Amino acid sequence: MALLEISNLTVEFPTRRKTFVAVNKADLTVEPGQIHGLVGESGAGKSTIGAAVMGLLDPPGHITSGTIRFRGEEISGLDAAAMQALRGRKISMIFQDPLTSLNPLFTVKQQLVETIQEHLGFDDAAAAARAIELINRVGIPDPEIRVNQYPHQFSGGMRQRVVIALALCSEPDVIIADEPTTALDVSIQAQILDLIKELARERQVGVILITHDMGVIADTTDKVTVMYQGEVVESGATAQVLGQPDHPYTKSLIAAVPRPTVKLNRFPLISYGGRVTEFHIEDLARNWPSTEAERGSALLEVAGLTKRFLQKAALLPSRREFFTAVDDANFEIRQGEVFGLVGESGSGKSTIARMIAGLYPVDEGSVRFEGQEVTAGRRGVPDFYRKQIQMIFQDPYSSLNPRMRVDQIVAEPARHHGLLSGEPLQARVSELLDRVGLGADAGLKYPHEFSGGQRQRISIARALATQPRFLICDEPTSALDVSIQAQILNILKDLQEHLNLTMLFISHDLPVVRQMCDRVGVLKGGKLVEVADTEDLFARPQHPYTRDLLSLMPKLDGLSNEGLAVA
Amino acid sequence: MLNYIIRRVLQSVLVLLVVGLVAFAMFRFVGDPVDNMLGQERTMEDVERLREQLGLDQSFVVQYYRFLEGAVQGEFGISYRQGRQVSEIIAERIPATLELAAVSGVFALVLGIGLGVFTAIRRDGFASNAIMTLSLIGVSLPTFLIGILLIYLFSVELGWLPSFGRGEVVQIGGWSTGFLTQSGLMALILPSITLGLYQMTLIMRLVRSEMLEVLRQDYIRFARARGLKQRAINFRHALKNTLVPVITVTGLQLGSIIAFAIITETVFQWPGVGLLFINAIQFVDIPVMAAYLMLISVMFVGINLAVDLLYVAIDPRLRTEGKS
Repeated sequence: MALLEISNLTVEFPTRRKTFVAVNKADLTVEPGQIHGLVGESGAGKSTIGAAVMGLLDPPGHITSGTIRFRGEEISGLDAAAMQALRGRKISMIFQDPLTSLNPLFTVKQQLVETIQEHLGFDDAAAAARAIELINRVGIPDPEIRVNQYPHQFSGGMRQRVVIALALCSEPDVIIADEPTTALDVSIQAQILDLIKELARERQVGVILITHDMGVIADTTDKVTVMYQGEVVESGATAQVLGQPDHPYTKSLIAAVPRPTVKLNRFPLISYGGRVTEFHIEDLARNWPSTEAERGSALLEVAGLTKRFLQKAALLPSRREFFTAVDDANFEIRQGEVFGLVGESGSGKSTIARMIAGLYPVDEGSVRFEGQEVTAGRRGVPDFYRKQIQMIFQDPYSSLNPRMRVDQIVAEPARHHGLLSGEPLQARVSELLDRVGLGADAGLKYPHEFSGGQRQRISIARALATQPRFLICDEPTSALDVSIQAQILNILKDLQEHLNLTMLFISHDLPVVRQMCDRVGVLKGGKLVEVADTEDLFARPQHPYTRDLLSLMPKLDGLSNEGLAVA
Repeated sequence: MLNYIIRRVLQSVLVLLVVGLVAFAMFRFVGDPVDNMLGQERTMEDVERLREQLGLDQSFVVQYYRFLEGAVQGEFGISYRQGRQVSEIIAERIPATLELAAVSGVFALVLGIGLGVFTAIRRDGFASNAIMTLSLIGVSLPTFLIGILLIYLFSVELGWLPSFGRGEVVQIGGWSTGFLTQSGLMALILPSITLGLYQMTLIMRLVRSEMLEVLRQDYIRFARARGLKQRAINFRHALKNTLVPVITVTGLQLGSIIAFAIITETVFQWPGVGLLFINAIQFVDIPVMAAYLMLISVMFVGINLAVDLLYVAIDPRLRTEGKS
């Protein structure tokens, strides 16, 4: 008998205008000891299935048909009390963000003991002993000490371990992991996935692993179910589905995954479902100012760049403690190239970008743009340089002012620098919006009317408004789905090719870096440990840390290569 | 941690010194009290004698030093109007105000937090909507009007509760309390409601909005996914997270309950320091005004200090400096 059996499940969210079908007739079976991957893009209904199993659908969402059986017994119709008794006890859940899924005001022990007592009815001493045992089992060192600490005293990866310990309190039979590693660095991700694999193998727990990351699916799962807009399009053994996909959507999804092993000229776009967006960056080239600068000559030179942040304030300067975020970074970015910066979170990637952009004053070292000194001081950077650089940020939701219309947003940089006004400005805004594939009409709307990928295109249009020569892209696609990522990266590649733009491209995603960048710098703890041509770096990494990073990267060997040749 | 407390205490002392200077400046710049105290038929000798008696013939610095010296010991000189020690007058009056403030503070906190949590959990229920609508009245009607309405309804029309004064009081040491007699307790009801109603509705609305915010957080969803009971989630996990911002506002509001009991005390003829202060203003009784000013600032500073320490007690993230 299957551990968990979902059949013909339909979940609907009625709204005033129409009923939104989040999950449509989905089937899924989990056996003991099996890790079942659930993959798809945002809005595909993956998380809704998880919430439906847990009985945690946000109102007004509800199950309209189909059944969920746990060990043969139907649980989809249970009342609130019966469901609460099952939650955490038989079926547990792990959420995406370990930073927010623990209550900040209680110690780890308090949260564990509370959960243990709720399910197992232990007395205080027995529950405390079990809490320590659980913390030990998820691989946190010094469990006796750590258990009395608060969540903020743990790092992201350690917090996710605590979350897993909480999910294990009553030895559940099924664990639903909803994007458990999306917020984590690649090395931590590998550790957490190993822990989940170990649980499945040793304790015969059935796991539903919800993710959008094909690499995680390929490395971790036994079976996989692919979802598209609420429907299951394909299901089967992982190697089979990824190696010889049947359904056109699966094929196009796999084709859009950036490969770590081969460099492609352009990213294949997901063509399924008629969602092709046309953009024409090449048309912008006609009105673009040409530069005499030779391709390959140094555009931006960074020497001895250092940034310290005050960690502990004190009245006496000698007692202040500083944290060195960037330590003596030296590199140059050449005219027309895409220079990548990779590293784990906290390695100083964004700090370097912000110093170059003049958002942080530089503590030591210098930045030169075409030989001219542009090092950021307290008042930022010189005006001539400011006009030549623009930034694209990671989060397309918070980087656009929600109270401004899109045409105002795009016009603002040009207006601020007094480059254009009136009719010509409007014309440029319309042209830019049109060329990034949004259409000139988009200018009359507000940011909330657009999806994440569309917003990121608005950000690109805004960055192009001053006709800059240098773009800083800080994780421009890490908040986006793989198909949207492919689209945005293609636009950026066009900017380089047709407009001769130079870019600083920051990412933690090595396959993306391999596809995008000409040269790469590897950062570790604020220090630049290696700078090399991308192909050299991936083929012959010099520094041990680079080798570590590359070895942790998902290899994606089993993925079908269908569709790649077309691109 | 100790560092933090010492710093906050030093800041508090600085604030008190500045307020002390303002209070003292009143002696110098708000009229000549001797004119008010002596009638039309005074002689120069009377004036000189009184000046000497009140210490007004000394230099500015000496007077300020004396003022501070006295203030630290709770001595603010002799009331121009009543001719008695200010500390004595205040000690007589302060129990009435503190008892009134305590009762209305408890009323505001208990009902405010309780109703706030209730309206947040049952956010679309009929009862919560009714409470939210009614709470608008508490926010928008001025205190004196509420007081007069309550007097009209419960004292004049129904005759259930007294309309003014403290009722019978019992002396315990130097403290006169109305808690021990029935008439004393009855007399507390209307003024406490009048004084606490605004604070109650404010706290309720604040708790509600904070609570709604907290209930959307991931750790609440995760708590539900762990199978915890709804009651434990609402009152253990959610409420505690709600408290941090609520404490700031509540602390300041409790301060103002004491400081601005003036209107309520006037409406109900409550023999507290607020009424004393109003009378002192009318007669330019500067020592009383200065003492009142100092008293209120000590209370505000004390409450703020307590609020800062409460933060640390509630939120462990403030306890460790830097990151571990």
